[in-house]
Amino acid sequence: MLTLLDLLHGPLKPEILLVVSAMFLLMYGVFHHDPRGGNVSWLSVGVLALVAFLIAYRAWNHPGAFDSSFEGAWVNDGFARFMKMLVLIGAAGALLLSFAYFRDVGGMRFEYPILVLLSTAGMFMMISAGDLIALYLGLEMQSLALYVLAAIRRNDVRSSEAGLKYFVLGALSSGMLLYGASLLYGFTGSTHFRDIAQAAHGMAGNVPNVGFLFGLVFLLAGLAFKISAVPFHMWVPDVYQGAPTPVTAFFAAAPKIAAFALLIRVLETSVPGISSQWQQIIVFMSIASMILGSVAAIGQHNIKRLMAYSSIGHGGFALVGLAAGTEDGVQGVLVYLAIYLAMTLGTFACILAMRRKGQYVEEIHQLAGLSRTNLPLASLLAALMFSLAGIPPLAGFWAKFFVIIPAIRTGQTGMYILAVIAVLASVVGAYYYLRIIKIMFFDEPAEAFQPMPRPVRFVLGLAAAFVILFSLYPAPLLDAAARAAHSLF
Amino acid sequence: MAGLSPAMTKFWIGFAGRLEKRSNAMEIGLSSYLGVAAVLFTIGVIGIFLNRKNVIVILMSVELMLLAVNLNLVAFSAHLGDLTGQVFALVILTVAAAEAAIGLAILVVYYRNRGSIAVEDINMMKG
Repeated sequence: MLTLLDLLHGPLKPEILLVVSAMFLLMYGVFHHDPRGGNVSWLSVGVLALVAFLIAYRAWNHPGAFDSSFEGAWVNDGFARFMKMLVLIGAAGALLLSFAYFRDVGGMRFEYPILVLLSTAGMFMMISAGDLIALYLGLEMQSLALYVLAAIRRNDVRSSEAGLKYFVLGALSSGMLLYGASLLYGFTGSTHFRDIAQAAHGMAGNVPNVGFLFGLVFLLAGLAFKISAVPFHMWVPDVYQGAPTPVTAFFAAAPKIAAFALLIRVLETSVPGISSQWQQIIVFMSIASMILGSVAAIGQHNIKRLMAYSSIGHGGFALVGLAAGTEDGVQGVLVYLAIYLAMTLGTFACILAMRRKGQYVEEIHQLAGLSRTNLPLASLLAALMFSLAGIPPLAGFWAKFFVIIPAIRTGQTGMYILAVIAVLASVVGAYYYLRIIKIMFFDEPAEAFQPMPRPVRFVLGLAAAFVILFSLYPAPLLDAAARAAHSLF
Repeated sequence: MAGLSPAMTKFWIGFAGRLEKRSNAMEIGLSSYLGVAAVLFTIGVIGIFLNRKNVIVILMSVELMLLAVNLNLVAFSAHLGDLTGQVFALVILTVAAAEAAIGLAILVVYYRNRGSIAVEDINMMKG
C-alpha cells in the first residue's frame, strides 16, 4: 500500500512538487493581491527549473533507472525523463515569452502561469502513463488547463473563440479516445499497456480481432487530434491564430511533445507485436500531414496561422520516424522533437518582437525590409526559417535526416516511398519559409519594430544558438535520445 | 412537443409492457449493450457535426459520447467480472463534470464578447 510519505520519497517527487507549488502559488496570488502576476510568473519559472533539476539529478545518479508507481500505472523511465525535460523547456520558454506580451496588451492575470504549471503536470502524467486510465487523466488534466489558456484574454473575441473551438474539438477527441480505450479494455480485459500487449500478442495467429483493432483505431484518432495530424488538424490554424501569441508558443511547443510521447508509448509498449496493423495508419497520417502542412501554408498572410500549418507539417515529418517502428526511428523522433522545440520557441520569440507602439502585429508583410531596420533580428529569424525549411548545416536539416534515414534502413518499399514524399514535401514547404526571408531582406522597409524585451531576447538567443551550432556538437542530444529510445524497447 | 396525446401514452405504456415481458424471457447479452453504446456514440458524433444552431447542443452531444463510453465500460466490466472498467467509468464521470464546467465557462465568455452562441457565428478566423 502507498502512503503519503512513500509518495513524497518516491519517484513522483517532480510531479508532487509541480502540483503542490501550483496550489501554493494560487493561494499566494489570491491573498497577496498580485493581479498582474509578476511574482507568480517568475516563481513559476523557478518551480519549472527546480523540477528540471530533480529530473536531471535522478537521470545523472541512475542513468537507466526505471521507476514505477501506482502498480505500474505510472512509469518513469529514460524515455519519460527525456520527454519531461523537453516539456519543461517548452513551458519555461513560453512563460518567459509571455511577460512583456501581457504587460503590453493588458489582461495579465496570476492564473496564467498557474495554468501553465497545471497543464505541465498533466503532460508529465501523459508522458508517464502506463495505463489507459492514467493516460486519460493526464490528457484531460493537460487539456482542461489548455482550453482556459486559449481563452485567457477574455475581453478578446478571437481568444475566446479559439478557446471555444479548442474545447469542442478537444472534447470530441477525448470522446473518441475513450471509446477506443473502452474497446481495448473490453477485448483484452485490462487497462495496463503491458497486459494489453500480452493479450494482443496472444490473439489467434497474431492477428488481433476486429473489436481490438477498432479500439486501437479510435485511440489513435484521439491521439492524432492532440498531435494535430491530418485528418484531425482542423482546429489547429484557428486556435493558433486566435490564442494570445505566448499561449500559441506554448501550444506549439509543450503539448505537442507530450502528445507525441503518449503516442510513442502507446504504440511501442501496448501494441508493439502488431506493428504491421498500425503502421499503415501512421504512414497515412504522416504523408497527409506533410503534404497539407507544406501546401496549405503557402497562401497564408498571418504568421501565426503559417506557423500552425508549419507545425502540422513538422508533426508529419516526426511521424516518419515512428512509422519506421525501429529503435533508431524512435530516436529520430525524439531528436526531431527536441530540435522542433528550439525552432518553434525561437520563431515565436521573433513573432513577439513584432510590435510597434505597444501594438503586436501578425501579418507577414509587416516584416518587410527588417534587415535594414533590425539586422540581428532579421538574421536570426532567417536562420530559424532556413532551419525550419531543413537546409544544412542548421539543426532542422539534421532533424529530418534522423527520421528519414531509419525509414530507409527498414528496406521496405512503402518506407522508401514515404521517404521520397517527405523530401518532396520539404521542398514544397521551403517555399513559404524562403518567402519570409525574401520579404525581410529584399522588400522596401516598413517602420522599425520596438526593441525586444530582455526575456524574449534571451529565449531567441538560446534557441537560435542551438539551431545554428547544433551540427558542431550534436553528440549530447543524440546520445540522450538514443538512451531514451532504448528504454522503450 | 407539449405532452403526449392519450393515444400515444397508451401506446408507449403497452410498448414498455411488451418489452418487460420479452426481457423476462431472454437475457440481454453483452452485444446488446455494445450496440446501444455504439448507437449513442454515433448520435453524439453526428450531433456535433450536423448541428448548426447552438453550441449548447454540442456540449450535450459530447456528454452523450462520454455516457456511451461509460455504458461500454460498465458492460465490459460486468461481462469480464473485473472492476477496473467501473472505476474507469467513475473517473470519466468526474472528469466529464469538470470538462462541462470549463466548457460552459468558456461559452459564457464567448457570449459576452460576441453576443451569440450560434455555431455558424463562430467564424472570426478562416483560411
